[in-house]
Amino acid sequence: MNIKLPKEIAEQAEIIAEYARQEGLDFYPTIFEMLSSEQMSQVAAYCGFPKRYPHWRFGMEYERLRKQHRYGLGRIYEMVINNDPCYAYLLADNMFVDHKTVMAHVYAHCDFFKHNVWFSKTNRSMIDEMANHATRVRRYIERHGIERVEQFIETLLSLENLIDAHSVFVRRNPQLEPKSQPAVNHTREAARYPAKGYMDRYINPPDVMTAERTRLREEAAQDSGRFPAEPVRDVLLFLLENAPIEDWEADILSMIREEMYYFAPQGQTKIMNEGWASYWHSTLMTRYILNDDELIDYCEHHSGTLATSPGRLNPYKLGIELLRDIELRWNTGRYGPEFDACDDMAVRRVWGKEKIPKERVIGRGSPGREKIFQVRAVYNDVTFLDEFLTPEFVEAQNLYHYRYDPNTQRMVVVNRDFDKIKSQLLFALANHGQPYIFVTDGNFRNRGELYLTHRHAGADIDIKYALETLKNIHHIWKRPVHLNARIDDEPILFSYDGEQSTQQHIDERVDAPAHDF
Amino acid sequence: MILQINNDHQRFRKIVKGRIRKDLRKFLTRSELIGREGKKYISIPVRGIDMPHFRYGDNNDAGVGTGDGKPGDAVQGSGAGAGGTEEGKHILEVDISLEELAEILGEELQLPRIKPRGKHRISAERDRYSGIRQAGPESLRHFKRTFKRALRRQIMSGFYNPDRPTIIFERRDKVYRSWKTILKPQSNAVLIYMMDISGSMGDEQKELVRLEAFWIDAWLRRNYQGIESRYIVHDVRAGEVDRETFFRIREDGGTRISSAYKLARALIEHNYSPEEWNIYLFHFSDGDNSSESDSRECCSLLTENLLPNLNLFGYCQVASAYGSGNFINVLHEQLGDQETIITSRVNTKDDIYDSIKTFFSAGK
Repeated sequence: MNIKLPKEIAEQAEIIAEYARQEGLDFYPTIFEMLSSEQMSQVAAYCGFPKRYPHWRFGMEYERLRKQHRYGLGRIYEMVINNDPCYAYLLADNMFVDHKTVMAHVYAHCDFFKHNVWFSKTNRSMIDEMANHATRVRRYIERHGIERVEQFIETLLSLENLIDAHSVFVRRNPQLEPKSQPAVNHTREAARYPAKGYMDRYINPPDVMTAERTRLREEAAQDSGRFPAEPVRDVLLFLLENAPIEDWEADILSMIREEMYYFAPQGQTKIMNEGWASYWHSTLMTRYILNDDELIDYCEHHSGTLATSPGRLNPYKLGIELLRDIELRWNTGRYGPEFDACDDMAVRRVWGKEKIPKERVIGRGSPGREKIFQVRAVYNDVTFLDEFLTPEFVEAQNLYHYRYDPNTQRMVVVNRDFDKIKSQLLFALANHGQPYIFVTDGNFRNRGELYLTHRHAGADIDIKYALETLKNIHHIWKRPVHLNARIDDEPILFSYDGEQSTQQHIDERVDAPAHDF
Repeated sequence: MILQINNDHQRFRKIVKGRIRKDLRKFLTRSELIGREGKKYISIPVRGIDMPHFRYGDNNDAGVGTGDGKPGDAVQGSGAGAGGTEEGKHILEVDISLEELAEILGEELQLPRIKPRGKHRISAERDRYSGIRQAGPESLRHFKRTFKRALRRQIMSGFYNPDRPTIIFERRDKVYRSWKTILKPQSNAVLIYMMDISGSMGDEQKELVRLEAFWIDAWLRRNYQGIESRYIVHDVRAGEVDRETFFRIREDGGTRISSAYKLARALIEHNYSPEEWNIYLFHFSDGDNSSESDSRECCSLLTENLLPNLNLFGYCQVASAYGSGNFINVLHEQLGDQETIITSRVNTKDDIYDSIKTFFSAGK
């Protein structure tokens, strides 16, 4: 079914891998497959996996990609799966030089998958796991009918972003927790200061002690009734453990959740990952691999990948430029308190210039190179930008901050203020640009109703979508569901009880959930 | 690697069709569809196929861009209503063939498939060149086969020289195409549209007629292999026009409906024998005829000459600001008991749905 990998490409793959290893990249074994553009659309619709569970959403994606390709609106040059071994696909009708670029690019991705800490908890046999999921879902379809299963999956897909990408790093096993934690007042006895008998009623006045005792008792009563004990970010997990769903439904829910956790790091490191891969294909191609006659085509495609357009940030471009900036800064020593304290722009601009050797590119072993290897291991997009974005960089990249202007109904440039740009970038990246939703009460009003809260971080949620999503949660929870969200600075409670959606202003007449922000 | 994307794709198409079915009433009123009927496929934007998520609202649109620009400059590439461009992502355009659309129309309106009238079923003879024989006229010589036979013979007999590969046919090399005659049941249909173009039929009315005619056409094409359309316009006189003119033309003056019916009668008599053709006659008017006597004449024309030969006579009366709109009542009174006559009123675009349903629910 696939086109056999031509011999000269297989040979090139070996050569490129060798150069990449020389430069310090370390990756899983990588298997390249060659696909026609039609097959590429198919594989891309499955996010790169040869087998996924049957669902029309993939058919929709396929239709979109195929059309996009047919009208020349975009082509997929490369696709790589985080797996051991890594699988990567090459587009058959690409030029030879494109294949070489893509392979160099892919090896860097594989290195990133292997070494970036955010990927450390992902399943490295995901190809098998996905096929496994497909088999399980297919079995449920045979038993329960395609309509029911498909419908249930559709409901879940509407909730699939309600996970907590950081939770995989949280160790919940109590035995592993440090012992030195302050002892919790388990006895719920009012604290009594040591005092001699005759002084006791002055040091620990009886009325204060009584009040304290009542307070503790009330707190205890409240605590024991709190469900969940803490606000829960991982709404899917909460539903999995507590919603009245059938076994097969729970199984599908756990699969979807698992897949989302698998994909989460790719969302968290888009800029870094693409930046890293672009950095390396550029380095490897220009230094080792490129033939003279391939230069023009390489340049055209490389610059196409890194092209910027107003109003849209290209993660490839931002990533590679920031990595190069870091490399330069660490090679020239433009960091640390001494550099930060210098406010003479002229001096800053030439800081450490003498350290740059004559040949333009500094290779392995330079402090800059070591720094970016370290960066690729421990940062994600949020921390990457938070740490390394500098005013100089923002200026050099010609970045600006834009906003929707209701008067002209257009996006207009607001300014080029560094702080504003940085906070806007971080906002867009935090939680993958999606709102933070918590389960704050699983037994709201003591009637088994589900209470969700949107933790407002500067932007309102989309009401229309929220109401539809609530309906889908209701499908699973089967009791009324509520969402507390701030709209135009007003706290609003959106509810769906299975028949109708309502919204009301939250004031003291509305019951409070178990947890509040 | 075997991919099952085709299954998923099929499921998706099915869901899209379901979505279209749900919104069919809306689609019936969309005039953009018209004019694309020459094409096999129509792109239909399908809304609401995306999954709802908790997401930020569009009023929070802001971001970081790159490039030149002073504060206050519009970001290039974001047209008016950037909220709108954002919206665009959620609308998916799906290609669907007109045939499929008609199929959906039929299912949704529960239109029975039209059975061509029994005695009019004719068999067309068609010759298909599917066979081979040893003798025949040179014009039917099967060159490729002949060449191959000659080549084979020459190689076998040692005459073939790869350096000078000349092939010479002999009589026995030659093979000819031959035909088989296939009898194919065929049902032909002719649609005759008649429209009142007197002063009282404004642009709005014509738009209604266009839409209605489009869907009538779509449905009947679904049911017949060969279909012909003829167009008649009339005020006090009637004349045949082409399709373009039919929907564009505007005249002033009075109305004499009988003129159109007479012309239709003549058309049928000369070109479409009822033995061979399924005949559909549709008349669009605002129902304002010039005189009572003409209305009576129309009725007698219908009963005596037209109705016996027709599958269906559909009278569609569009609302007009002028005129009495009395003709539909006359038809009801005089010919209410005739089976082949069906009337409907279309006042707004929304009525088209029900009108189509009325016309074809009998399955004629």
